[in-house]
Amino acid sequence: MSVIDSVRAVEFAPRLKRPSVRRVLRRPGLVLAWIVVAFVGVAAAFPGLLTSHDPLGKTGARLAPPSGEHLFGTDNLGRDLFARVVYGTAESVQAVLIAVVVGLVVGSLIGLVAGFVGRWVDDVLMRIIDVLLAVPTLLISLAFIAALGFGTVNIAIAVGIGNIASFARVMRSEVLRIKGTAFVEATTFAGIGRLRVLSRHVLPNAAGPVLVLATLELGLALLSVSALSFLGFGTPPPAPEWGSLVAAGRDYLLAAWWMATLPGLVIAATVLAANRIARSANRDHAVNF
Amino acid sequence: MVLTIDDLRVDYRAGRDAVRAVDGVSLSIAPGEILALVGESGSGKSTIAHAVMGSLPRTASVTGAITFAGHDLTTLSERQFAKLRGPGLGFIPQDPMVSLNPLHRVGRQVAEPIRLHTPASRAQAEERAVELLERVGLPHPRERLRQFPHELSGGMRQRVLIAGALAAEPTLLVADEPTTALDVTVQKKILDDLANLARDRGIAVLIITHDLAVAGDRADHLAVLSQGRVVEYGTPAEVLGRPAHTYTRTLLAAAPGLTVRPRPQAEPAAGDLVRVEGVTRRFRLPDRVADDGWFTAVDGVTLSIRRGETLGLVGESGSGKSTLARLVLGLDSPSVGRVAFDGENVATMGRTRKRALHARAQLVYQNPYASLNPRLTVRQIVREPLDGFGIGARDGRPARVRELLDQVGLSASVDGRRPAELSGGQRQRVAIARAIAAGPDLLVCDEPVSALDVSIQAQILDLLTGLRRDLGLTLLFISHDLAVVRSIADRVGVMAAGRLVELDDVETVFTRPRHDYTRLLLDAIPGQRFGDLVNQAGTR
Repeated sequence: MSVIDSVRAVEFAPRLKRPSVRRVLRRPGLVLAWIVVAFVGVAAAFPGLLTSHDPLGKTGARLAPPSGEHLFGTDNLGRDLFARVVYGTAESVQAVLIAVVVGLVVGSLIGLVAGFVGRWVDDVLMRIIDVLLAVPTLLISLAFIAALGFGTVNIAIAVGIGNIASFARVMRSEVLRIKGTAFVEATTFAGIGRLRVLSRHVLPNAAGPVLVLATLELGLALLSVSALSFLGFGTPPPAPEWGSLVAAGRDYLLAAWWMATLPGLVIAATVLAANRIARSANRDHAVNF
Repeated sequence: MVLTIDDLRVDYRAGRDAVRAVDGVSLSIAPGEILALVGESGSGKSTIAHAVMGSLPRTASVTGAITFAGHDLTTLSERQFAKLRGPGLGFIPQDPMVSLNPLHRVGRQVAEPIRLHTPASRAQAEERAVELLERVGLPHPRERLRQFPHELSGGMRQRVLIAGALAAEPTLLVADEPTTALDVTVQKKILDDLANLARDRGIAVLIITHDLAVAGDRADHLAVLSQGRVVEYGTPAEVLGRPAHTYTRTLLAAAPGLTVRPRPQAEPAAGDLVRVEGVTRRFRLPDRVADDGWFTAVDGVTLSIRRGETLGLVGESGSGKSTLARLVLGLDSPSVGRVAFDGENVATMGRTRKRALHARAQLVYQNPYASLNPRLTVRQIVREPLDGFGIGARDGRPARVRELLDQVGLSASVDGRRPAELSGGQRQRVAIARAIAAGPDLLVCDEPVSALDVSIQAQILDLLTGLRRDLGLTLLFISHDLAVVRSIADRVGVMAAGRLVELDDVETVFTRPRHDYTRLLLDAIPGQRFGDLVNQAGTR
C-alpha cells in the first residue's frame, strides 16, 4: 500500500456555507413575511390567545367602526370582526393545506411516474394533464364542488385537483433532468432496483423545485378557497371563514367599509407573505445547485 | 516594455473575510514576446488576466500598478478601459463554445471591432475580416462569414475569437487557457498560430495555462505561480531544465507530457476478458448532417482486452472511444458485431445476467461531481454497491466502506461529507472507491483525470496503477491525452472517426507508429521541446 499512502489527498476542499441568523436578518421583507405567517399559525392553532371576544357572541354595538375595543369593528349583527377573522383562520388554513397537499401528492406522483417510466405511460398521463390545463382551474374546481357538494373541505379538495397539472409538469421535467445525469446512470453499476433508484436518487434531487412550487401554491390556493367561499360554496353561516367574511361585508360596503376590506387585507397579506417566502426558498434552492 | 505589472496584489472580499488571490506579482512583457503564466487552479493566474483586462468582479480590491501604453490600468474608469480594449488590448477567452453570440453570423462578430475602432466602411471591414480569418488559419474564410457559430467546430470557433481579438490591431494579446477545451491536434495549430502572430507582427502575448508542457513549447519566458506568488521565472530552458523551486519540481514531475513515468510491467496475459468482434454502432440523426441519415460512431472495431492488462484507448472528441466503452459495458448495443465479456455475448444478456455483468465491470466517469449524487454522504455512496449486490454481511459493511476509502487514500474525516464539500481529486477517489466496492474484474475509466489539475492527475494515475496491482484489475483506460495513456497503459488503441487505426504495445505505438494519424497525434503532444531536458534533470 506504500504507493497509495504516499498519494493521500492533500487538496483544498471547499466547506459549504450554512445560512446564518445574520444573513436572514439582512432581508427585512422576508422577516416580515415570516412574522405574518407566524401570526396566521398562532391564530389557527390558539385563536383564544389573540382575542378575548367570542366570534359568535353579539356585543350590542352594530356596525361599529374599528376602535381600541373592536380592532376591526363589528358587523351587522354586532359581532367582533377581528375575533371572527382570528377564529376563521383555522378553517381557511386547513382548507389551503388540504388543497396544496392534494395537488402536491397527486401531481407529483403523476409527474414522477410519467417522467421515470416514460414511453406510452408518459404520453397517456401527460395528455390527461393537458386536458386539466385546457380548462380554467376555477371551472374545474366548480365542477368538482358540484359533484362533491358544498363545504370547506370539498372546496379544498376541488382546488387541489385544479392544482394537479402544475405540480405534475414541474415534477416530470425535474425527473427527466435528474434521470439524464451521470449519477443516476452510475446506479446501473450499483446493482440496485428501479424503485430504490427512484426513491434514493431521483426523488430527493427532483423534490426541491416542486416544494418551492408548493409554497407558491399556498398563496394561490388561499385565493381560490376564499373566492369559492365568497361565491357561497363554503361553510354555512354563522361559522366564520375568511372568504365568506368578505362576502358578508359586500352588502355593507358603503355603510361599513371595514367589513369587507379588513378581512380582504388579511387575505392579501397572507398571500403576499407566502409568495415572499416562496421566492426566497426558490433562490436558496438555486444556490444549492 | 508593452506591459509592466508592479507589485500587484488582489484581494477578494467574502463577507468579513478577504482572500488574497494575487500576492505581490511583478512581471513585464516586451513587444513580440510570449509570456506564459503557469499554475494550477487557485494559483491566481486568471485573476492576473482579469486585472489586466479590467474585468475583475466588484468584490476585488487591487493595489500595485499595471502599466500599459502610458496608463495605469488599475486606476482607469470603465469608460477609459473600453477605449483601450480592442486597439490596445485583445482578449482570447477560455471556452470558445460560450464566447460567441449564437444569434450573430461569424462575419459580423469579427467585423464589429474593426468598424468600432477604425473608420473602415462596411465592405472594407468585411474584407478585413476575411483576411483575418485567413491569417488565423480558418479554411474557406469567405464562406465562413455567412455561418453561425453552431455550424463551426470548437477549433474553428477559437480561431474566430482570435481573429476578433486581432481585428483592432492590439499590441497585447491576453489568452486565458486558449486551448484547454480543444483536441491536441487543434491545440497545436492554434498555438502555432499565436506564436507566428507574436513573431511576425510584434504582438506581445500573455498566455495563461495550467499546462507546463504547452507553456514550455511556445513561450519566451515562463512565470510559475503558486498561491498568488511568482515562485519561478525564466526562459523555458532555465525553468524546465534547472527548476529552483520545489513547487516547480512537483509540477514537472506530474506533467505527463514532460516526464516519462516508470510504468509497471504487465502481468503475463492469461486469455481475453473482453472480445469486441467487428462492432459497428450507428445512430439515427434528426436531420441532414450525414448523407444517409445515420451517424456511425463506431465503425467495424475488433479488439480484445486481456486479463490483467491496461488497455489505453486514445482519440480526439467524436472518435467513438466513449461509445465503444458503453458497448463493452452493455449500456448500449452494437448495430453490427458482437461484444463478449468473459465469453458471454453482452447484447443478449437478460436483466439478471446484466446485473451480474455490472458487478464485474465497473465505470469511472470523467466528471466526478456529476457522477456522485449530491445529496448522499461519501459513506452512503461507497456503501451502495455493497447493498445492491449483497456483498458481505450487513453488519460488516461499515467497516468494509472504511477499508475501501482507505484503499483510495481518503482519511476518515471525509466519511460524512457530501460531494460539494470535497475537492475534485477527492471526488474522483470516492468514485473509484465506489467502482471497486463490488470487487470488479474490469474497470473502465472514461477520461478519469481530464477534469483535474496536473499534480492531482498524477496522484489519481498512481492510485489506479496501485489498485490494479493490488486487486488484479483489468483496466480499459480512455483518454484524449496520449501522454497520460503512455504512463499507465500496456497496449494502446488509437481511434479516429469510429475506426481503430492502430493497436499495439505502448512502446511500439509511441516510438514506431504505423498510421499517419497516430504520427499526427504524437507530433501534437505538447512538451516536446524540453521533454528530454526535463527527463535528464530527473535522472541526474
